[in-house]
Amino acid sequence: MTDAIWRPPLRARLAGRGVDSVTLLALPAVILLFALFVYPFGYGLWLSFTPKDGGALANYAKFFSDPFLYDTLSRTFWLAAPVTVLNVAAAIPTALRVRLVRRSRLLTTILVLPITLGTVLVAEGLLTYLGPQGWLNRVLMTLGLISHPLRLLHNYWGVFLSLFITGFPFAFLLTLSYVSGVDPALENAAATLGAGPRRRFWAILLPLLLPGLAITLCLSFVQAFSVFPSAVLLGAPAGPTRVISIAAYQAAFEDYDYSMASAIAIIMGVAQLAVVAMILAGRGLLYRGPAAGGKG
Amino acid sequence: MGIRAANFRQLRFDKLSRAFGSMQALKDVDLTIEKGEFVALLGPSGCGKSTTLNILAGLTPATSGGIWLDSTRIDTLRPEQRGFGMVFQNYALFPHMSARANIGFGLKMRGAAKAEIARKVDEAIAMVRLQGQEDKLPGQLSGGQQQRVAIARAIVVEPPLVLMDEPLSNLDAKLRIEMRAEIRRIHNSLGATTIYVTHDQEEALSLADRIVVMREGAVRQIGAPDELYARPAHMDVAEFMGFRNRLAGKLTALEGERTSVSIGGATLSGVARAPMAVGDPIVVAARPEDMTVDAEAAASIPVTVTSCEFHGHAFLCGGVGSDGAEVWFRSGRRLALGAEARLGVDADKALVFPTRERPSP
Repeated sequence: MTDAIWRPPLRARLAGRGVDSVTLLALPAVILLFALFVYPFGYGLWLSFTPKDGGALANYAKFFSDPFLYDTLSRTFWLAAPVTVLNVAAAIPTALRVRLVRRSRLLTTILVLPITLGTVLVAEGLLTYLGPQGWLNRVLMTLGLISHPLRLLHNYWGVFLSLFITGFPFAFLLTLSYVSGVDPALENAAATLGAGPRRRFWAILLPLLLPGLAITLCLSFVQAFSVFPSAVLLGAPAGPTRVISIAAYQAAFEDYDYSMASAIAIIMGVAQLAVVAMILAGRGLLYRGPAAGGKG
Repeated sequence: MGIRAANFRQLRFDKLSRAFGSMQALKDVDLTIEKGEFVALLGPSGCGKSTTLNILAGLTPATSGGIWLDSTRIDTLRPEQRGFGMVFQNYALFPHMSARANIGFGLKMRGAAKAEIARKVDEAIAMVRLQGQEDKLPGQLSGGQQQRVAIARAIVVEPPLVLMDEPLSNLDAKLRIEMRAEIRRIHNSLGATTIYVTHDQEEALSLADRIVVMREGAVRQIGAPDELYARPAHMDVAEFMGFRNRLAGKLTALEGERTSVSIGGATLSGVARAPMAVGDPIVVAARPEDMTVDAEAAASIPVTVTSCEFHGHAFLCGGVGSDGAEVWFRSGRRLALGAEARLGVDADKALVFPTRERPSP
């Protein structure tokens, strides 16, 4: 005799864990994720450890021993980090203002337009606008503010400006959604309690916005870190704006060393992840509850 | 010692108006409030009561008119300069601050010393009976506790005026009655002046010293709760003060306030509540408990009984008159359905209003 312990059928046990036929609807997304992200990523990772010559780590050793390669990391960082901070810092007051404007939809459309244009078109436009004979320099010289045209192209500032123009709308849109999520009654309450506009911002709005701003910062940074077209078109791709994506491009399509290119891409990804992880760790220390006052 | 309300003598609204585009939300509101009063602004939604409160708090500008606190004009000041305490409908507690920090926020903004803030916050916490909850975030508190934090935050700065915008509308029925008593208790112990916005007549009647009934942006009547309840000045105020039957008829005689009216052949007596003339179509408003069953034939309205429910101390019955109008009345005994009842009305409590109001002189 065996003491059979009755167990519910498999189907019921799975359903108890939230797995039933409806779960199958997630299948296409999972397949897509594997086909377009997990597999290429895994393949790239494997490729980066199978260099043309040398041991498994030869590509990485090469990257970190050649200043022409490892300098791209710090160059990209010093381009992406300031631009990201500027984008988010400029997005906050803009979003706070736009929230109060009655025809905010029109204004939002205008501000968001650069995203839809794409980086290449913006870069092409900036090439003529910022050039020595471009509108900006001509206006500044006519006004007598400068005597010689400013050099804004084919250097750090050209890329910086283009990243600001294409990155700002993105940061603005995200920030606007976080700002709209803060209950306006909270500001009113702070005002009736004697807080002026400045103290309302620092004591109430900013603490409630910070978690959202951290996310905005992460996404903006990742976007700016992978800069490529404007670094080539507006920057000095052989010198100060030789960013890491250019190094990867050259490895892949000029040296035909896919293995090295994969290694550079992996390094790029790890660098981005490190910054994102740092920001998110800081975010973990913040208040992250709802940004509305009580029930209702 | 203890938290006391700041001193002033009188708050005065002078022809206060507010327009939103072409919509006139508030029309020439004149109102004087003395220190220590508990005044309720009562009216249906869209009557301008919340607009009035927001203008008073400085959150909405007035289109014209002024607000005076004694001899100081305050409607030109920014909200942070007015120093009133306000309790919001959704409490508007700062979600990232503990109950203690929420309550101390106003004192901190006024630059009070740390020790003083701690002492006053403790007092306010004791006053609203929140001991033991002060270090929790608003999200960890129940609705009633959040309400208490909101009240403590508003009163701890010892404001001359406490403004409350439907503070009980988010609470369940039991808690609402509990907090109602609490609000009145705090008002009394502070010696505060409270302006309380509500659409709930029961709340206004039980809490306020004076009620301001508003409708379509204008003040309809100002008076003590018992006065408004017994002697409303307009039909719409009467309708807002608990249920009354409406009996349509014609004015047949008028002598001072005493009237005779003819309703479907019957002659009843009542009290005139507005100017009118003999022959005018009128409406008699009377509560079910002021109707009498089995009145004399000449002074009564015949109705067919359609319902009769036992309500403990009496029966609440419904009937239909010969003109098809529904009438509700109290009866000491059970009436058979379909039977005829003859209803009279207590002459002192039958309020007679003209069907169409004449413009006031």
